[in-house]
Amino acid sequence: MTGVWVAVIVASVGCYLLKLAGVSLPPSVLERDDVQRVATMLPVAMLAALVAVELFDSAGSLGLDLRLLAGVGAGVVALVLRQSFLVVIVVAAVVTAVLRALT
Amino acid sequence: MGHESRAAIRRDAAAMAGYAGAFGASFGAVSVASGLTVWQTMVLSLVMFSGASQFALVGVIGSGGAGLAAVPTALLLGVRNAFYGVPLTRILGRRALSGPRRLVTAQLVIDETTAMAVGHDEEPAQRYAFWATGVLLFLLWNAGSLAGALGGSAIGDPATLGLDAMIPAAFLALLWPRLRTAEGRWVAVGGALVATVLIPLVPAGVPVLAAAPIAVVAGLLPRRGREVTR
Repeated sequence: MTGVWVAVIVASVGCYLLKLAGVSLPPSVLERDDVQRVATMLPVAMLAALVAVELFDSAGSLGLDLRLLAGVGAGVVALVLRQSFLVVIVVAAVVTAVLRALT
Repeated sequence: MGHESRAAIRRDAAAMAGYAGAFGASFGAVSVASGLTVWQTMVLSLVMFSGASQFALVGVIGSGGAGLAAVPTALLLGVRNAFYGVPLTRILGRRALSGPRRLVTAQLVIDETTAMAVGHDEEPAQRYAFWATGVLLFLLWNAGSLAGALGGSAIGDPATLGLDAMIPAAFLALLWPRLRTAEGRWVAVGGALVATVLIPLVPAGVPVLAAAPIAVVAGLLPRRGREVTR
């Protein structure tokens, strides 16, 4: 078996086991009040961080694609105007694509 | 949960799975161009099933890294899925996580399913959003990967269509309801700030993980208006 196959299998199984570990906490831990409050806030903090990484990570250094930022900004405007999820993501993509085609 | 809201959730899940399919095609093409076989590409999409980890792994291999050198980065990017499991365990309930069902449920714990679940308020809608997104996204991600791996350079760059803007826009849209409270806003802003500052300083995957302690602090702080025991 080549090195690439070893990497593919080890990393794939490892990633799966990480997912499995996350959904394997015993109820005695999960039912604790403080754990529940942390669990509610966990995705808020991490998904907000993920948005920041999507916007500002340019191959490991800080970078900014203004067309992408403008597109996502347009999506936020749609959000403020109470548009649906579908409208928000389509607006973001279309504005970004148009700006990329023009510049 | 009414018939209408289920249909709305399915529509949102389909939109998310649709762009994931486009990125799956992009992944398949990049993977084969990086020197992986179609089979290796498909093992990644079926078993690893985590976009960031997959792109990172083939990226390291493609840039000439020895096979095993690619593993730590992929795993580091996968650690956040373990964190997502904690809120999802509560949302999904005991039945989805008992016995062999847990093995299936675990595989669907990714950014998109977590975001879709927390993007809703009521538990039945949260559960439905998790499953609808998980199943559709798994199917389209893998179909896309296969098409990309076979089609290779014929697959265009999703960025041309602005599809890369859909990812942060989608996560923002799903976070939106959680920003109604001051606490939610502080936690989100804090998480985004910590991640941004860390981007140039730490390996890929760590900025998102570093946001987790903010949730821990927010969760453990006594809240205003709440009786503090002791």
